[in-house]
Amino acid sequence: MRDVAIIGVGDTKFGELWEHSIRDIGMQAGLSAVSDANIAGEQIEALYIGNMAAGSLIEQEHLGALVSDYSGLSALHIPAVRIEAAGASGGMALREGYIAVASGMHDIVMVAGAEKMTDVTDEEIPTIQMAGGDQQWEGISGSTMASLFAMMARRHMHEYGTTRENIASVPVKNHKNGAMNPNAQYQKGITMDTVLKSPMVADPLGVFDCAPISDGAAAVILAPLDIAKKYSEQPIKIVASAAATDTLALQHRESLTRIDSIKVASRNAYKTAGIGPKEIDVAEVHDSYSIAEIISIEDLGFFEKGKGGPATLEGMTEINGVVSVNTSGGLKARGDPMGATGVAQAVEIARQLRGKGEKRQVNNAEYGLSLNMGGTGGTSVVHIYRRL
Amino acid sequence: MSNPRYWRENPSRYNLIGRRCENCKGVFFPPREICPKCRRKSLGKMKAYKLTGKGKVYSFTIVHDPMPDFTLMKPYIMAMIEMEEGVRLTGQIVDCEAEKISIGMDVESTFRKLGQEGGSGIIRYGYKFRPV
Ligand SMILES: [Zn+2]
Repeated sequence: MRDVAIIGVGDTKFGELWEHSIRDIGMQAGLSAVSDANIAGEQIEALYIGNMAAGSLIEQEHLGALVSDYSGLSALHIPAVRIEAAGASGGMALREGYIAVASGMHDIVMVAGAEKMTDVTDEEIPTIQMAGGDQQWEGISGSTMASLFAMMARRHMHEYGTTRENIASVPVKNHKNGAMNPNAQYQKGITMDTVLKSPMVADPLGVFDCAPISDGAAAVILAPLDIAKKYSEQPIKIVASAAATDTLALQHRESLTRIDSIKVASRNAYKTAGIGPKEIDVAEVHDSYSIAEIISIEDLGFFEKGKGGPATLEGMTEINGVVSVNTSGGLKARGDPMGATGVAQAVEIARQLRGKGEKRQVNNAEYGLSLNMGGTGGTSVVHIYRRL
Repeated sequence: MSNPRYWRENPSRYNLIGRRCENCKGVFFPPREICPKCRRKSLGKMKAYKLTGKGKVYSFTIVHDPMPDFTLMKPYIMAMIEMEEGVRLTGQIVDCEAEKISIGMDVESTFRKLGQEGGSGIIRYGYKFRPV
């Protein structure tokens, strides 16, 4: 296997992008990654697209050919494929691109994630999100994705004494970070009171505990490390790529306060990278719901089980805390265009490790980690990155 | 959600019939043909097993923002129930005020209407839970 580096990154603003179709945003993110990598489009040998639900959202499948075509690559006839793993589609696409380069099959590949969610009414979104869970045995009884995370939250409160304020401190921090990210959907701080008093979605989680409905796209260009310097002054090495799965339905898990796919994927990633959780300076984790960030920072090994809530409230995951978590604003404030999210996480980590995090820059960041999750943890994808 | 793919599971859904692995005695619901613990050793040893329907609330939530087929019921109580046999089921709790629910509370299954297919109006039935 060869070492792999990110040589270019690009993204669109996330949010309600009324005037833009999925073709526009896929192309915008792709072009900015190509230009950042200093390559010509003709050098791209293959395309991997993370997308969760274009079939239900805009009645369009076949995103591989679509994005290739609208990125101006149709005449090159390169292989292009869409990867789906619910909310982890983007992270899985990154992993497929990584494997293609690491194996020697391809030299330069583009990984893009794109989702257009605002073309359907808000009422249709819970059904589409729930497709990442078990429709047959959870959805049929009226479970929504938010309700499943709410049951995890209540169990975490019950088993570890996690408080409502502990949980609410996640969106407060992520909005604070999002306010420093010019591409974030929400660039405005919020108070603890706003979260606590927001209308209920699934008790105890309110509107401000849930990631928003978003349009957006992100892209990275990958190359073998040994030629990466030819293109980029600051290539970022991907030192580990790991993915793991678990039961589709939450009801079949041994515990509701632990996500085993995160534990397994991160354990394998740390092993490959030859480091432990303490070496990670900056992490993008999957805060689709506030409680998910608390469980994630525990299962990634940043904090002991049960201590994730108090650690967040005490500021340990703020920028330049013990570990800087979701400097982009996370899914909550940067936005969560589902298939784009995993790729956007890689874009943020690369920016941080290049020292291009602007107002939200983490001091002297050397190691970064991204955790992209599908459903309630049916899939988790972990990547570890290093500054060279 | 169109109905035929739900009808296939109706015998289980109506009667709480799962499977018991004759190798490790583990009980599973919904039915599965391979025991995740015993895998190959369980082939041909997964026997039909009817749950008693009794269990305790393991976790719960009140849903205010449901999928379209469920809007008429909102707000409603969703819960995960740990059955006597150790297996957990996800379902609504009915005949109970939201304020009265707590983790550990005893419940039993009850046969109810689960929902209605949006356009067609076809009704789906299955299990819900109520306090004992
Ligand atoms: Zn068994």
